Amino acid sequence: MPSPTDTTERSATISVLVDNEAGVLARVIGLFSGRGYNIDSLTVAPVDADAQLSRINIVTSGTAMVIEQIKAQLDRLVPVHRVSDLTQEGPHVAREMALVKVIGIGEKRVEALRIADTFRARVVDTTVQSFVFELTGASDKINAFIELMRDLGLSEVSRTGVAALARGKITI
Amino acid sequence: MTVELAQSGAEILLRALKEQGVEVIFGYPGGAVLPIYDALFHQNAIRHVLVRQEGGAVHAAEGYARSTGKVGVVLVTSGPGATNAVTGLVDALMDSIPIVCLTGQVPTHLIGNDAFQEADTTGITRPATKHNYLVKRPEDLARVVHEAFYVARSGRPGPVVIDLPKDIVINKAPWSEAAPTHKSYRPQTQPDLAQIDKAVALLKQAKRPMIYAGGGVINSGPAASEALARFARTTGFPVTNTLMGLGCYPASDPQFVGMLGMHGTYEANLAMHGCDVLLAVGARFDDRVTGRLNAFSQGSRKIHIDIDGSSINKNVPVEIPILADAGLALAALEAAWANSGEPTDTQSVASWWRQIDEWRAVDSLKYVQDMTKGAVIKPQYAIERLYAIAKEMGKEIFITTEVGQHQMWAAQYFKFEEPNRWMTSGGLGTMGYGLPAAMGVQIAHPDALVIDIAGEASILMNIQEMGTLSQYRLPVKVFILNNEYMGMVRQWQELLHGGRYSESYSAALPDFVKLADAFHAKGLRATSVDQLDDTIREMLACPTAVICDIAVDQKENCFPMIPSGAAHNEMILGPEHEATSAGITDAGMALV
Repeated sequence: MPSPTDTTERSATISVLVDNEAGVLARVIGLFSGRGYNIDSLTVAPVDADAQLSRINIVTSGTAMVIEQIKAQLDRLVPVHRVSDLTQEGPHVAREMALVKVIGIGEKRVEALRIADTFRARVVDTTVQSFVFELTGASDKINAFIELMRDLGLSEVSRTGVAALARGKITI
Repeated sequence: MTVELAQSGAEILLRALKEQGVEVIFGYPGGAVLPIYDALFHQNAIRHVLVRQEGGAVHAAEGYARSTGKVGVVLVTSGPGATNAVTGLVDALMDSIPIVCLTGQVPTHLIGNDAFQEADTTGITRPATKHNYLVKRPEDLARVVHEAFYVARSGRPGPVVIDLPKDIVINKAPWSEAAPTHKSYRPQTQPDLAQIDKAVALLKQAKRPMIYAGGGVINSGPAASEALARFARTTGFPVTNTLMGLGCYPASDPQFVGMLGMHGTYEANLAMHGCDVLLAVGARFDDRVTGRLNAFSQGSRKIHIDIDGSSINKNVPVEIPILADAGLALAALEAAWANSGEPTDTQSVASWWRQIDEWRAVDSLKYVQDMTKGAVIKPQYAIERLYAIAKEMGKEIFITTEVGQHQMWAAQYFKFEEPNRWMTSGGLGTMGYGLPAAMGVQIAHPDALVIDIAGEASILMNIQEMGTLSQYRLPVKVFILNNEYMGMVRQWQELLHGGRYSESYSAALPDFVKLADAFHAKGLRATSVDQLDDTIREMLACPTAVICDIAVDQKENCFPMIPSGAAHNEMILGPEHEATSAGITDAGMALV
């Protein structure tokens, strides 16, 4: 029984399996904006062989009562097949990919490359004055990488948002 | 799925509607739906009722749906037709009314082109509906219609929009049967019996039990109301109803403690405040019911039966959630109660009843009516007389209301013994609901007595529907409690804003008697208490539609009242109590 007096906020990674049809994403996003919930990250793509189903991964935050409410609200949408709170239901893996453009020359450029190597980022584009790094990992790792690049000529970031699955044999 | 020889989309649409048992459509034609109107012209199975504005069509369908338990059907054109329907859709969404609204749309190749009478109807109605569809392929049409009816009426009912581009209804489309199951939407209706057993164990221990029943009981069908009555009588527990639930438990029953909430009875609210076990059935702990949340029924352990998982633990945390249809859950509770060998604490429950009877003795709905000739009519008295005289007629009575003081007085003083007899805009609070809703009720129940209890301000919001009453000879009685103010606004301004009656006076009112005449209806007026009974009798005896203009006390306020932000035990009982009220706070003033 979630308590309304418990104001501790937690982050939740929620996966939603939906019909891959027009308007579903708008319905989910509209639910969040209409009811004042946060969206920290959102990814969506078809996930089955004949593209009938899409998986939406949402990272949100709120009190226990709000997160329960988010799940219940998602669950009652007509095109929703399943809602899974990965954060609560057990261990899960959550990854995102980022493309990070760093512009610089000389020592800074070398340092950027060195750090990228430590983070196992790949160079996917290069000129004599710039790199585009491709980096995959947990959001924290990507945040850390971006922070380090800030002094080394960070100029542009594109992130995918979080894709997540439960660990082990559990499926949505 | 069987594919048969092709008919036009419009014909397929009507065939699917017939298959869904549709007998009547409330609508208004326009360019984008002309092919559908042409198909309607060629058949007799489905009756079309032409409203005067699309908003009226949706409320009429709501009245039809609520008084019959069937799905209400609306047909409007694209653009303004659809946008005019939006208020009714949200109203139906908030009050869980099953509606299928067919909206015309510009042809598919023009969508997104800012074409004439184009609006992004699915975009606009997405948060206004339970679900909506834009039919883009002819082969989807029949399936979508079947699915829409299933979605509208199952689970927590609600409005569904089907947006129909003009080419889809003109071109040939294949027929397909309704699918046996929906691919994703399968609401849980059967209760978890382990939860039912837990609930019975808790209810058996109750010393100060309370049953709080809402519109979900009515939506479940008449069997749910019967199950509720049997369960209440078996247990001997007190029952209160929400505004939406009125009629699901007989008002004349001694175990009924009246409506609860902002304008609920003293005994209902104090019993909610003081109970130790609360059984909520098909009710959603709305802010009008709970008052200040952190003071709401704090000493109770709570059981909540609801078909909508998002209504459980939304405002008030509950110990035993039961996700199920209200009727099925009540039947399961009945069975489990009968099978449980546990004793009940009859002594404590008896002393709880003594306490409730003390609260009852306060008589929180009392008012004083001066009976001398020429005395001004109290609005409460007008409703009580309407109730008493209407009952004498021996007809089935259906009441609709607009929104405001008159609505609350109707809820307090008109007594409902059965479900589906009371139609009011509860969640959205839509002024202008009552007249079109009454129209829909009268279409469904041609021989019944259908009365719209109205205020002089609300009635003007959809007054054009008087034309529909006239066209279809619908003998709806419009009973206006005319205090020349938007009464509830005036009341709040008096209580919360220092009596500064900003824009709440109904200036330049029409002469309602002449207005009735202009719409080919009967107009009546009573201005003093001695005229009231005769006027009501004349109205009820009239074979046509009537507007009955009752001039009532302009200063009367609706009591008892829990001010916004106050707790159930901080009620204002009446004007003498108003000045010393401690319940009103700055935080409360900021609430609606």
